[in-house]
Amino acid sequence: MNSLTGTRALARLAFRLDRVRLTVWVLGLAVMPMGTAANYLSLYPTEADLRAVSAVLSNPSLVALSGPLFGLSIGGLTAWKIGVTEFILVGLMSLLTVVRHTRTEEETGRLELIGATVVGRYAPLTAALLVTGLVNLAIAALIALGLLATGLPAAGSLAFGLATGLVGMLFAAIAAASAQLTQSARAASAIAGAVLGGTYLLRAVGDTGPTWLSWLSPTGWALHLRPYAGERWWVAGLFVGVGAVFAVVAYALVARRDVGAGLLRERLGSAESSPALRSPLALAWRLHRGLLLGWTIGLALTGAVMGGAAAGIGDLQSPNQQLTDILTRMGGNNGLTDAFLAAIFGITGMVAAAYTVQAILRLRQEESSGRVEALLATPVGRLRWAASHLTFALLGTALLLAAAGIAGGLGYGMQVHDIGGQIGRLLGAALVQLPATWVLAGFGTALIGLAPRFSALAWAALILSVLLVELGALFGLSQWIVDATPFAHVPKLPGSAFTVTPMLWLTAIALALGAVGLAGLHRRDVPVA
Amino acid sequence: MTEAIHVDALVKTFGPTRALDGLDLSVRTGEVHGFLGPNGAGKSTTIRILLGLLRADSGSARLLGGDPRRDAAELHRRLAYVPGDVTLWPNLSGIEVIDLLGRLRGGLNAKRRDELLERFDLDPRKKGRAYSKGNRQKVALVAALASDVDLLILDEPTSGLDPLMEEVFRQVIREEQQRDGRTVLLSSHILAEVEALCDRITIIRDGRAVETGTLADMRHLTRTSIEVGLAGPVTGLDTLPGVHDVQTHNGTVRFDVDTSALDAVLRHLTTVGILSLTSQPPTLEELFLRHYDRTQADEKPQTRVTR
Ligand SMILES: Nc1ncnc2c1ncn2[C@@H]1O[C@H](COP(=O)(O)OP(=O)(O)OP(=O)(O)O)[C@@H](O)[C@H]1O
Ligand SMILES: [Mg+2]
Repeated sequence: MNSLTGTRALARLAFRLDRVRLTVWVLGLAVMPMGTAANYLSLYPTEADLRAVSAVLSNPSLVALSGPLFGLSIGGLTAWKIGVTEFILVGLMSLLTVVRHTRTEEETGRLELIGATVVGRYAPLTAALLVTGLVNLAIAALIALGLLATGLPAAGSLAFGLATGLVGMLFAAIAAASAQLTQSARAASAIAGAVLGGTYLLRAVGDTGPTWLSWLSPTGWALHLRPYAGERWWVAGLFVGVGAVFAVVAYALVARRDVGAGLLRERLGSAESSPALRSPLALAWRLHRGLLLGWTIGLALTGAVMGGAAAGIGDLQSPNQQLTDILTRMGGNNGLTDAFLAAIFGITGMVAAAYTVQAILRLRQEESSGRVEALLATPVGRLRWAASHLTFALLGTALLLAAAGIAGGLGYGMQVHDIGGQIGRLLGAALVQLPATWVLAGFGTALIGLAPRFSALAWAALILSVLLVELGALFGLSQWIVDATPFAHVPKLPGSAFTVTPMLWLTAIALALGAVGLAGLHRRDVPVA
Repeated sequence: MTEAIHVDALVKTFGPTRALDGLDLSVRTGEVHGFLGPNGAGKSTTIRILLGLLRADSGSARLLGGDPRRDAAELHRRLAYVPGDVTLWPNLSGIEVIDLLGRLRGGLNAKRRDELLERFDLDPRKKGRAYSKGNRQKVALVAALASDVDLLILDEPTSGLDPLMEEVFRQVIREEQQRDGRTVLLSSHILAEVEALCDRITIIRDGRAVETGTLADMRHLTRTSIEVGLAGPVTGLDTLPGVHDVQTHNGTVRFDVDTSALDAVLRHLTTVGILSLTSQPPTLEELFLRHYDRTQADEKPQTRVTR
């Protein structure tokens, strides 16, 4: 038996286990660029239209959000509009897939079951990388073909597909290394995810300030590969080189460590337990605090960077109609800076909702892992148990939105010398997102109460909401479809008038969904595997 | 109150699976009650219904005089539970889990906890994910045993313990037995453990109780194998009630006899004259195998298990 024996069988198993999940990812990632391009072709049919819109996109604030616009063409515009989103999502898909088939398998002990059969030492890692590699190859090919079919130039289409696939493979390699560090799959994903978020911020800062910073960021490289704008193929070498380093590190660590062990040693806890650990809420705090802290830091940093970048929008000599139109569509119609900030906080709300969903689903994880059984055999009732986790989903989201708002206020306020005033304004802009995130919390609770095996659909609801809000207008969907998402009803602050009615509606819907879910949970069998 | 647990005609289905099919179970206050049955017989399901986690389709269950679901909070103050599959929170240390569960139950005896930690030789400072299967089980056991409760519900609590720890467990349960009014429901596959600890046992199969009573009662219902050397030929042995599988070989007769018919059979043999006699009482394994094995249990009259 050599160290790779069994790789093929493991890879086949991974495809079998993930067939639905991966298919959805591949199709979603492949369709987005094609749809965007098709849409731009009809929106800006002439060279003059293109010139008009492109002139305004060199604006620093938009550059911070999506990167610089390199090429004056439909292709260039498409790559700019969808590029960063695509890169982040493909990175996320890759790192989650690799961790799921390496560290998660190890943590749950399933790998041991497999390891006892004929499986080489490097087989699980190789299989995970192989699967993720094939998926990224499929994504890259479909993107290139789709863009080509829309009528865009071949070289650029290939370059954009390549850039997406390379970002995916790089984060697969990064996740392969991070999965060797910790014993917990959750921590491994968190580390790789933090790297991904960090590269986005680094690029945002670099693209608006010292350019070399964006050259430190893989999401930056993907843009610097310049699809449709004089492709620089050599940038691909950066991905290959750095990816190879991470892969080598991962393999070296696998060789060195025991199955189940991490490189970061587990410390022993204290011989006494804290007297405060005496309620379901205290337990929930222990289970949620790491996640909450990580998200709070991440959103605060993003808020600060974007707040700082917002001041740049005023640099524009003559604010022109085209930019105003774009930003109005994204964020409301009272002044460019406010529109930009409103757009940023709209996005922040949706990102924060990812935490909300994650926190709600902890409830379900506690159940499916079987841990809840011992807890519910004490006088703690199910509703109290559920409430302890809901507290973190609901108030935790408030906390991280507040952090983003305050940090954004600091970042922007420092530029315009009005820290106090801006903190207040942007804190408001962040917190108005809260009721919309609560609707997702309510939806998640309803799933857990009524259809626990399908709780993961809470993620689907979030992704669908984001796609509808972000791309609905672009794809010309009717307003009522877009209105079905909670985020479509959030007042666009700062700038627009604050209206309380939609907030109350959203809160009421969230409460109703939550109540239905809790009633279901109260009645049904626990645990449902 | 003389019954800590009373279950009557309990039915529970999971989709097409009929996990419990009219189960009866009665556990007297103050006894250690063994709960046995092959894999998938419905032991854990019964226990989960008793804890109010699952809802029965029909039938009734009473626990410490209350309704498992309606009175869950009060009842759970008076009981402690060790699940069959112990999973711990990966980032909580053993002592934190023990203290948390104890405090939620309304307090635990710290002295008793430390004594148990020592006896079970458990390092309580490790994080949940760092414990081996047996050690996870010890964490749950210490958490349950350190609380002062009326009822202990233990679902295969020793399936991961080494023989040394198994012995500690037996001692601890025996001590519990000494304390008045403490009831233990012990689901187990370890027959020696059941024999050593249980006052009464219930065997279930396919969601139904097939046997209940003391071990002595059950032994009585089984057969003893006899090998006897006789002074002369014997007649009419195989027509005596309760005698099975008679084989004669050079003056040595081998047969099985229902324990209840032993007396009459031996009287019959002494009329011929006994030269030598070996008898083998039914082993516990035989007793259980008879109930566990579907094909044998369904056969009537029962034939002896040969190994
Ligand atoms: N949540 C569930 N969904 C579907 N079927 C279940 C569920 N829980 C138990 N069952 C089924 O009910 C039956 C009884 O299971 P149970 O866990 O009670 O058995 P057990 O006696 O505890 O077995 P073991 O000795 O293996 O622990 C089995 O056939 C099992 O597959
Ligand atoms: Mg069981």
